[in-house]
Amino acid sequence: MTAPAMRVRASRRFGDCVALADAALEVAAGTVHALCGENGAGKSTLMRVVYGLERADRGELELGERIDLARHGVAQAQARGVGMVHQHGMLVPTLTLADNAALGHEPVRGGRYDRAAAARALVAAAARLGQRLDPDALAGDLTVGEQQRAELAMVAARATRLLILDEPTALLAPREVDALFAMVRAFADGGGAVVLVTHKLDEVMAVADEVTVLRAGRTVASWSAEVTAAEIARAMIGGEPPPPATRAPTPAADAAIALAIEGVAAPGPRGGGAVDVTLRVAAGEVVGVAGVEGNGQRELALAVAGLAPVARGAVAVGGVDVTRATVAARRALGLAHVPEDRHLHGLVQGASVADNVALGRLAEVGRGPLIDRAAVATLTTQLLAAHDVRPADPAARAGALSGGNQQKLVVARELDRPGLRAVLAVHPTRGVDLAASARIHARLRDVAAAGAAVLLIAADLDELLALCHRVVVMHRGALAGELAGAALAAPDARARLGAWMVGATP
Amino acid sequence: MTGRARTIHLTVVALLATMAVGSLLMIVAGASPLHAWGQLLQKTLGERQGFGQVLFRATPLVFTGLAVAVPLRAGLFNIGGEGQLTAAALACAVVAAALPPGLPAPLAVLIATAVAFLAGAAVGAATGAMRIYRGAHEVIVAIGLNAIIAGVALWLGNRSLFVGESTRTATIPAAAQLPELGLAGSNASVSALGALAVAALMAWLLARTRVGFTWRMTGQGLDAARAAGLPVDRARVWAMTVAGGMAGLAGAHFVLGHKHAYEDGLGRGVGFLGIAVALLAQGEALAIIGAALVFGVLGQGGLAIASDVPKEMVDVLQAVVVLVAAASLGRRRA
Ligand SMILES: Nc1ncnc2c1ncn2[C@@H]1O[C@H](COP(=O)(O)OP(=O)(O)O)[C@@H](O)[C@H]1O
Ligand SMILES: [Mg+2]
Repeated sequence: MTAPAMRVRASRRFGDCVALADAALEVAAGTVHALCGENGAGKSTLMRVVYGLERADRGELELGERIDLARHGVAQAQARGVGMVHQHGMLVPTLTLADNAALGHEPVRGGRYDRAAAARALVAAAARLGQRLDPDALAGDLTVGEQQRAELAMVAARATRLLILDEPTALLAPREVDALFAMVRAFADGGGAVVLVTHKLDEVMAVADEVTVLRAGRTVASWSAEVTAAEIARAMIGGEPPPPATRAPTPAADAAIALAIEGVAAPGPRGGGAVDVTLRVAAGEVVGVAGVEGNGQRELALAVAGLAPVARGAVAVGGVDVTRATVAARRALGLAHVPEDRHLHGLVQGASVADNVALGRLAEVGRGPLIDRAAVATLTTQLLAAHDVRPADPAARAGALSGGNQQKLVVARELDRPGLRAVLAVHPTRGVDLAASARIHARLRDVAAAGAAVLLIAADLDELLALCHRVVVMHRGALAGELAGAALAAPDARARLGAWMVGATP
Repeated sequence: MTGRARTIHLTVVALLATMAVGSLLMIVAGASPLHAWGQLLQKTLGERQGFGQVLFRATPLVFTGLAVAVPLRAGLFNIGGEGQLTAAALACAVVAAALPPGLPAPLAVLIATAVAFLAGAAVGAATGAMRIYRGAHEVIVAIGLNAIIAGVALWLGNRSLFVGESTRTATIPAAAQLPELGLAGSNASVSALGALAVAALMAWLLARTRVGFTWRMTGQGLDAARAAGLPVDRARVWAMTVAGGMAGLAGAHFVLGHKHAYEDGLGRGVGFLGIAVALLAQGEALAIIGAALVFGVLGQGGLAIASDVPKEMVDVLQAVVVLVAAASLGRRRA
């Protein structure tokens, strides 16, 4: 048997948090190896150890030969042919792709930077992975998917042994995922090894040759032969996966419009944004907005929430125009917001869990100019218990909670309150573990069943197809298509939505 | 670390650093550190008159410390204490001097104090409004206002308010003067008790009220506070307004409790020293009292040992405290 391309075993603690407890991974040359696990399982930490970005407390690493982990660093990893593609691109938006590729390794001719050589090298590296790209395009002008493929080509040009991709598909449309995986496959077929970090099981099934599952910092399973998605899911969770999400009952045809978006234009800070969006969500209805990141969903959401101005058009909650209303006024009308960026907009990270509950519920816990601390404590304790937020400690710092628990806290505060009329939920389960996702889905379903209008903006088509009565696709700031009812349940729904997402007509 | 543990930790580090640097300076100056530190403590905390002077020095620092701490909690930096204090002291002295004779003392003090608070608050409100509604950085605005107010106060004084050839306004009536605490002839007045009460009030405001909650949430997570519907803009203007009022109270302390008039240079530097006090206290209203006492001891103790050690040593030691506090605050933000 030949030596593996990479073999690692590592332990790492962050304060009280055990990120890696003797986690082990072995990757053979010429294979795509999926590294799976729930959020917080330690996948990124393990890969950062291999790439020399993170120190291990204990462990060993082989990259063809034994590596001294004490002296390991990014430069050493790169010298051994290891490369890493990050989820959020590392390209400089104002430089061309060729210049980005050359950054730090500029080819020199006659004492000067040889731009043509840089461009040739990048085009060749991309071609080896079956990609064509324009080396003179400005990185900032490309879509996220194009940027990521360019970055992959750049990294692969230098990484000969091992390519690490940490959750590379979170921001991509289905077609872009396929293109990315084709490159990954080509790299492995050329004899390199790939670690694909993901928690999406369909991706694992589609592209991986071998699978390793981490749970709570330990390697709990590893397969090199056929394995089913259900087996992987069970290993990730350490139990039975939660039942799939269900749809709320279809609202009556004459249900009142609870959330109305009428011809809204909401430009982004650097152009783009929503152009002309009209969407009416009836009480009890769940409407999904699909689309590749950066097609105006964010601006639309911020405009509806009252956090960004509406340039044209109108927004109404429960029939009351709120186009120019404050956030507080919208909330008083029954609008809830599960924001896209829970770190920035969802929670005050440095404040306690109780303060974060009070933050969105001052109408209930305020007593004139004072805040009733007993009421805050009661409400917090009740919400933490009802929504399984762990630790159930009102005094804990919100930022110390795991991602899934932070999101459960936001959902509890926003969606478990009296007078709820309309819900704006933006990527509510992104970066959230399966169990927490299931709870959030159930809550969205329940509030709709209880009569709230739900506008669900998400990138995950599975989520949208499972929960929504109707799904629209945003492309370049406008609605590119809509599926409802039977068309949404049809087998080609996914393909049709995916086509609209990249601007094609199905 | 919790907030309280961090404050204690910081205080210990700051004191150790101060003692280390201070000892070094004493050795360089040819004095025995042990003797000099002993003298410094003895003459400040060891005798009534010295302690009274410490209180007298700490009192305005509590106010200007709060003037920095409150906006700091709300995410703004108030370096306008100097101007706020000057505007308030001048207004306070002029109004107090013009009070009708025969006014009962409590009423006279109340009116004069309210004028000082409002004058400082007006300056603070202007700074906050420039920041929030015009987007001008509050530090830059405050630098400008400090200079303008210093200039205008001197001009107004010379033109009409100063008495005769002096640089001092008319003495305020006895009814508006604060009684001294009676600590062995020290300058400490009942304004020291006022400072304690105001610090406690601010601590309560921050912990228990809607506006205090809004300040804290705004300071810790502006975007999340805004997304949850808190009136973050109004709250920040109010934080600067209250801060200006706090600096104004420091002005009232000097006018009503000590000089009994406004004079050129009154309270100079106390507004800036409030920044150091607030940083050392990490923006905690009650900790401001302790931090102000530390600076009071350093300031008064420096005078007491001026025969052994150059008086600039106190400035250096105060700067050491500021550096330690600033470094710690930077880490807290990161
Ligand atoms: N720099 C850090 N400081 C403290 N805790 C960390 C740090 N990096 C990771 N962790 C913790 O280690 C655990 C594993 O994190 P990570 O490797 O990012 O998980 P995954 O990539 O599988 O989602 C998590 O509980 C996370 O909170
Ligand atoms: Mg990760």
